[in-house]
Amino acid sequence: MTQSEMAAPVTPRNEVGAEAVIVAKDVNKWYDNGFHVLKGVSMNVYKGEVVVVMGPSGSGKSTFIRTFNALEPYQEGSIEIDGVLIANDLKDIEAVRREVGMVFQQFNLFPHLTVLQNVTLAPIWVRRWPKAKAEEIAMRLLDRVGIAEQAYKFPGQMSGGQQQRVAIARSLAMQPKVMLFDEPTSALDPEMVREVLDVMRNLAKDGMTMVCVTHEVGFAREVADRVVLMDGGVLVEENTPDEFFSNPKEERSQAFLSQIL
Amino acid sequence: MTTTSSRPIERGAPRVQKTGPIAWSQKHLFNSAFNSVLTVVLIGILAYAAYSTLVWGFTQAPWGVVTENFAQFMVGLYPSAFYWRAWAIFAMVLALAGLSWGILARNQKKIFTVPVLIGFGVAALLLIALPMTRPYLAYSLGSLALLAGGAVAGQSLGRQYPKAATLISGGWFISYFAVLYLLGGNTFTNSLFYLVVIQAGLGILVGWQLAARVGVPAVTKWLGKLGLLAIGFVLGYYVLGNLLYPILGGLPYTVFLGIAAALGIALGLLLVVVFTAPETVHSVGKVVLFLSGFAIVFGLLGWLPQLLGLDFGLSTVRTNSWGGLTLTLFLAISGIALCFPAGVLLALGRRSKLPLIRAFSVTYIELVRGVPLISILFMGQVLIPLFLPEGMRPDPVVRAIIGLTIFSSAYLAENVRAGLQAVPQGQSEAAQSLGLNKPLTMSLIVLPQALKTAIPAIVGQFISLFQDTTLLGIVGLLELLGLTRNLLASPKYLGDFAPAYVFIGAIYWVFCYGMSYGSRRVEEALNTDLR
Repeated sequence: MTQSEMAAPVTPRNEVGAEAVIVAKDVNKWYDNGFHVLKGVSMNVYKGEVVVVMGPSGSGKSTFIRTFNALEPYQEGSIEIDGVLIANDLKDIEAVRREVGMVFQQFNLFPHLTVLQNVTLAPIWVRRWPKAKAEEIAMRLLDRVGIAEQAYKFPGQMSGGQQQRVAIARSLAMQPKVMLFDEPTSALDPEMVREVLDVMRNLAKDGMTMVCVTHEVGFAREVADRVVLMDGGVLVEENTPDEFFSNPKEERSQAFLSQIL
Repeated sequence: MTTTSSRPIERGAPRVQKTGPIAWSQKHLFNSAFNSVLTVVLIGILAYAAYSTLVWGFTQAPWGVVTENFAQFMVGLYPSAFYWRAWAIFAMVLALAGLSWGILARNQKKIFTVPVLIGFGVAALLLIALPMTRPYLAYSLGSLALLAGGAVAGQSLGRQYPKAATLISGGWFISYFAVLYLLGGNTFTNSLFYLVVIQAGLGILVGWQLAARVGVPAVTKWLGKLGLLAIGFVLGYYVLGNLLYPILGGLPYTVFLGIAAALGIALGLLLVVVFTAPETVHSVGKVVLFLSGFAIVFGLLGWLPQLLGLDFGLSTVRTNSWGGLTLTLFLAISGIALCFPAGVLLALGRRSKLPLIRAFSVTYIELVRGVPLISILFMGQVLIPLFLPEGMRPDPVVRAIIGLTIFSSAYLAENVRAGLQAVPQGQSEAAQSLGLNKPLTMSLIVLPQALKTAIPAIVGQFISLFQDTTLLGIVGLLELLGLTRNLLASPKYLGDFAPAYVFIGAIYWVFCYGMSYGSRRVEEALNTDLR
């Protein structure tokens, strides 16, 4: 039963394959009001890699990763996820969304469903798994993020950190090829940040391909294979975490780091 | 982690609060001189009002208009020979209402709390106090008992079976058609009820059981092959034969039939050879089993009444004899059942990205909301018959339901739209990011939350629809209010307005309060925050 294996393809850490999962080329996006958010951003993410995207607010980093599962449309350039071009074809977009997990700043759990129902919803309705199988896998995922005993609670009865861990389990239940994290810890109280980062750290250890928008410098230093700095809709610097934090190439990066470190 | 050793803060005992009715009234009614005066004056006014109402009710009010026409208030001009059909409807609806109440309140310790008991007691006393003719007193007390018994049964059902709530919704759904049949009799076809429920129902049941239970593979295999042969034969003999007739029609007829039959057999055999996979043959065999079981039972049961000389049908009662509370309830429930889905669709249409659908929804909603209900009803009752030829005119009751639905769905659409707007954008984003398509996102994630938020507004709309049925009295239907006005127009009850209106007012209040109570219960049941 290969499908019942954990979501992550088990490649050991730091053996990043040459196979690109996300290929974004010269992506341009304008908002409806004419604001040019993304000004020709290009980036590749390889299988098993953890990329941390940093940048000041309004730099377009969230918008950029939201184009990877077509939550935000873009006007010019191209984005391919695992070989599928994100364009106007709804079928393609739905296929991509099945393979790309996303964790939001505000968790966005479904408040009218129990934790278990939250996690099994997409496997049952999208992957068409039988309920028993979906629940078995969901319980294992909930166990992995440490909240199996709360499976029958509603999201409104849990703390923010617990909710965010459920959200991660919910995305993992679809067995995605890539996980996108859009500031997963920004809406959390400080003491809950760690429990979420721990889950993400374990996920990275298991070889999940991840793109994280985050301000957690410690996490980036420890886990990231690459750190990317975005500002004003352009990609300012791409570097290893060690180099980026201790010896950034660009002046803009130095200025940014001096603000957050 | 922080390690602040937490030493409990020394605190004195909590301030003792005086309780009891005296302390309560001191705090809330007599906490200053001015408030004391206000309290005394207001209590005096209330007491006087209550006293004069009671005196009027027990000594002066001519209740005869209610008691002598109790049956008319309930069923209007329904033929008295068929009253039992109306009483059966009331019994069914009351039992269902009691069951639903019990199921909704399944998590409460006690259903019959003090206020509920008081309500029941007052209702029973009022019914006894009204000098009602004998059978109706028994009927109305019986209906109270039915409601209470239903509630008890519903509570224990709800505790034992988690699916009880779904079952009861199904019960309401079926009961609607049962009511339609009981009220109208054989409006559609002879013995529709018998045909649909008993003949088809038992047929399906027996066929299904046969298909499910016959576990001998040889039988299904054999039947499957037979089924395939039959399908092939029908296709070859009838379909191919007819197609080939223009070409081969010159041949003698028997020869032609022989060729067609040969074609049919050949095609049947071909099918058997092609679909040799055991599972296919097996499942075809199951279908054949089902169909033969169904056909046998359906045929036998259809033949049975003829054989026994029985008539299962109810005689027809046309809608112009419908009236009273029965008609009011029928109009209201039909309107509610129809305007809800229509309103949801209009709300979705108004938020659609497709310009034509959006334009239609906006136009419809704004147009209907800009017109008073009475004008829509008049249009339905007066204008439509003018435009349509004699045989095409829909029934006045149907026209009334359509009018109510047209009107309410526009308002409901706005209530649902408000609910939809209250669902955060992140919800549909999260659903989409999981790969759910638009219809699934809408039906599994957005709509349930939107409807939950909109429950108070939606039920408010239902209540006003219920009350709006009174306008149909003006356009000539004898619903509760129309019937009352008719009664009061007779010289016998000249001037007896008050008791009649108090009586029907109480009836309207009971139903509207019931809806509002039910909606609060449903809201509580759906509340998932910090339970």
